Order: sequence, then structure tokens, then C-alpha cells
Amino acid sequence: MRTVVPVTERTEETPSTVTLRFPFEPAAAPGQFVMVWVPGADELPMSLSYTVGRSKGITVKTMGDTSARIQAIRPGDLLGIRGPYGNRFDLSARRLLVVAGGSGAAVLAPAAELARAGGAEVAVALGAVRASELLFADRFRAMGARVDVATDDGSEGAKGYVTAVVERQLRAERFDAVWTCGPEVMMRKVVDLARPRGIPVYCSLERHMKCALGMCDACAFGPYHVCVDGPVFGSDRLAAVADFGRFHRDPSGRRVPF
Amino acid sequence: MADLAVRLGGIPLRNPLLLASGIWGESGDSLAGAWAAGAGGVITKSIGSESRRGYPNPTVETYDRWGLLNAMGLPNPGIEEYPREIAAARAQGATVIGSVFGSDAGEFARLARRIATTGVVAVELNLSCPHAEGYGTEVGSDPADVERIVRAVTSEVTLPVIAKITPNTSDPAGLAAAAERGGAAAVSAINTLRGLAIDIRLRRPVLAHGLGGLSGAAIKPVGLACVWQIFERVKVPVIGVGGISSAEDVLEYVMAGARAVEIGTAVTFDGIGVFGRIARDLSGRLDELGFARLEDAVGTAHPARGRPAGAPAGNGPTEA
Repeated sequence: MRTVVPVTERTEETPSTVTLRFPFEPAAAPGQFVMVWVPGADELPMSLSYTVGRSKGITVKTMGDTSARIQAIRPGDLLGIRGPYGNRFDLSARRLLVVAGGSGAAVLAPAAELARAGGAEVAVALGAVRASELLFADRFRAMGARVDVATDDGSEGAKGYVTAVVERQLRAERFDAVWTCGPEVMMRKVVDLARPRGIPVYCSLERHMKCALGMCDACAFGPYHVCVDGPVFGSDRLAAVADFGRFHRDPSGRRVPF
Repeated sequence: MADLAVRLGGIPLRNPLLLASGIWGESGDSLAGAWAAGAGGVITKSIGSESRRGYPNPTVETYDRWGLLNAMGLPNPGIEEYPREIAAARAQGATVIGSVFGSDAGEFARLARRIATTGVVAVELNLSCPHAEGYGTEVGSDPADVERIVRAVTSEVTLPVIAKITPNTSDPAGLAAAAERGGAAAVSAINTLRGLAIDIRLRRPVLAHGLGGLSGAAIKPVGLACVWQIFERVKVPVIGVGGISSAEDVLEYVMAGARAVEIGTAVTFDGIGVFGRIARDLSGRLDELGFARLEDAVGTAHPARGRPAGAPAGNGPTEA
């Protein structure tokens, strides 16, 4: 069911990331996404970065044509919202490693908040191109998570990819599960790092989407459709999908490498 | 258990339930998934000469469980790229029917010739997409065009050719007759009905393209009427399409004259398990109704075709 709602709050999280809050009644769980219609531009799948209560939110990277339109949205502007769609993060792990690359923190922060509220210990590996682009570092710290940072340029934390931090964390501590969202090549690396230790990894995937109803096949992913079978996939299901971290489909349905 | 196997214009099908074109048809794994879920055959997304992104979103609007309006805009990877997906589906055992769309007879013939080399069992011609400029309904609404296009294809390929007919015209049966004259082995009816949704708060059409096509339960009576009239008009087998989500829906279409059916929107509302569920229910319903084979039930609601004694006589549908 689609509803049209006004944006109530706009927050620039980083130079390239903006959070939009809006009233949206349906119950939602971390991991789920909504289809966000920017009238006159496009409708895109976006994970909810605020899932609790009546005021939901999305946190969006402002790159690309439609994202530029999103960047220009101000409180009072109208958005079409349908959903929430898809599955959710499983909150049963007691010792959790959260690996966020770039805007991937948008979906992981609300999930980690609920895990913390349920008493889980949460360690976070947070990566970005530079210090100013680290998303939700304060939000993770505020919930009582331990945060380790990596930046490509070394302007904060370890210099280089966040997966080097993950490797260290996995060696130093025991975790029941890993949650990750970010570039798919990064997520694949995280799965590869956790597999020999027998730790399940749950990845929030992104694919081009059109219907979000499991019909149009735009988000076909091996035997799955990311919109209804995901967007959160455990490493057990990912093992059967050769495309994971390697290929996605363009809007025409053509398989293209990452 | 009643026998669900049918022959459709020479094509043997394990059951009459086909995955409709446009649903789950972009990837070979998805086609194979529909086959594994129990479809009797799977029809590819309509494939054109070049890769096409389709229209921007929003591309769909839903109405509870009774309808779905869409304007995808014929997205497809193009005829050079797509055969790999057909190969993937066939490698997993699927019976695949290739759907193509063109802007004229020559383009249809070229596409059909190419897709016929990929191991598909038949070619379906999309003469009926209601919202693509220069394609679909725009080339499939005039019987003379339909006959010319179908003839161009049947003179190029030896595989059975299925013409998918539009309901967005005054005489769908006349289009079916034209397809038969052109050499079609079967006709499928109907494609979606042209439709529109408006968001009153935004004061604009919901779909980015504006006009779309309506599918789902809402259009079943329209599809049934078209199949009924086509059955009375042509000798080739008819594939019924439109709003099917149960064995009872299938039997309505079969008794109206369909030898097979296509299922699409029900996958959206019920999931891909709809194929297995309908196949199981269909056998049971045929047993109860006293049909040993599904084929025995084809057209039986028509007055001349074995309507049982005591049933209301002599009043088949008439046009008001």
C-alpha cells in the first residue's frame, strides 16, 4: 500500500549522506526496506535507518541523478512510500560483529540498536573513504557498541579497507554472528574471512529493483529475488549464488560485473 | 488422478500451467525456479533487438489482491545477450517458450529466427503490450498487421508460433482469426487491459509512464469472454490468460475453450508455489467433475461441446 507523506526532518549526516524522517505507521523491522517515490524523478528501494515508532527514516547517499533530487528535498516536501518489504536481521546472537562500509551503516545502526537493547555485545567495524564520511559513528558509540574505524585515506582510524580491521577482530574475539552492509565486494570478503571460523555472516544486499513484489525479476539473484527473499542473506544461502560479490543486473536485466 | 498433460499446437506440456511472459523471466535461474515449482512451461520476458532499460519507476501499482497495474516498458537484455538465460533455464530441465517483440514484421521475423535457435519449444509474439510506443498493441490492433507479422514469422521458423492477442480493441477474436490465417499454431489471450492510476495528493499519474496495463483477478471475466469468442472463431488451440489464481479459474478458462493457461500476477500475490497448488487442485477437481483428462474438458461450456443434460440450455454469452 502506497502512502504519500511529508518529510518532517532533514539531517546531513556526512557531506554525501542525508537522513530524511517522515511519518509512516506500518510496523517495520531493521533490515527491511521501503520503496521511496520522489515524484517526477524515480522510485528507489531504501533500507530504513529508523524503524521504531511512527517516525521512520531513510539515510541516503546523494550520488546519481535521483539521489541529487533526494539531496534537494526539504521538510514539507512529499514522498511516496510503500512497504515495508523484505526480511529482517535475526536478533538472537549474543556477541555480534557489525561491519559497515560507507552508507551500509544506514541499515545496520537500527539493527544494532535493537540487539544492544536485547543485551547483545556489539563490536562495530566502520569504514569510509575519509573521516568526514564515517556514517553513524556517534550513533554506534551512543548505543554502547565498541567501534573500530578504517578510512581509505587514513584520516581516522586504520588506513585502508575495513576488512583488515575485521580480520583483526575475528582473530582477537569470538562472535556468534556477523552483520554486514556495504559494497558487495567488501561483503564477500567478510564472508570469506568468517567462513573458516564457522561464524555465520548476514549480508544486506542491494539490487536494482522495480516492483519490489517478487514479480518483475529485476532483482533476480541466483534462485532468489532480493526484494522478497532478502535483502538480508545469510552466508549459507549466499554459498549457492555464484553472482554474490561478482555480478549484478543492470535495469535491462543484463548481468554485469561489479 | 486426471491427466493434466496437454498438446498445444504440437508442443507436449506436462500440465497446462504456463508462466506468463514478463513474470520471473529476466533470468534463467528464475525461469528454472518457476519450472521447479510446477509450471508446465515457462515463457520468457519479451525480448527485443537491443537491450532496453524500460521505464523509470514507479512501474507498478497494486490494488489489494484483485489487481496490478504495471508499465515496465519492455525491459530486456536484448536478443544477443538473452540466449544465455534460456540456456541456463534449459540446463535445469525447463520447457521454455521464447517471447519476442518487434516494431514490424521484419523485426519480429529476425527475432523469432534467432530465438528459435536457443532450444525453445515455441515462440510467442507479443502483439499486445498496451503501453509501449511502437510495439505491442500499436502493431497488434489491426488484423491485417497481425496476419502479416505472423506470416512473416511462420515463413521463417519451423517451431510453433503463438500470437498473444490484445483485449484493447473492439474485436479480439478477429485478431485471433488473423493470426490463424498467418499460420499461428496457437493464440494466447489476453494481455493486460490499458489502465491508469492517479495520486490525488500529488495530482499526477502514479506510474512514471502514465498509462499501464491491468492484470489480476479483476480482468478474469474479460479474459474469459475473449477466450470464449476466440474459441468459436478459430480452430487452433487457445491459451487463456488473465486473473488465474486457482484450479477453478483454470477450469473456467478451459471450459471457455482454453487448452492451456498463463499465470502471472498470482505469482505476485501468492508466490511461485501457486503453480504446484493449482496443479494438485486441478487434478482433484477434474476427478470430481468426471473428466479423465484435462483435454476432455476443453470448450465444454459451449453449447455444442457437451454441456451436461439439465444444464441451462442455449444461452451462451451474447453481446448486448
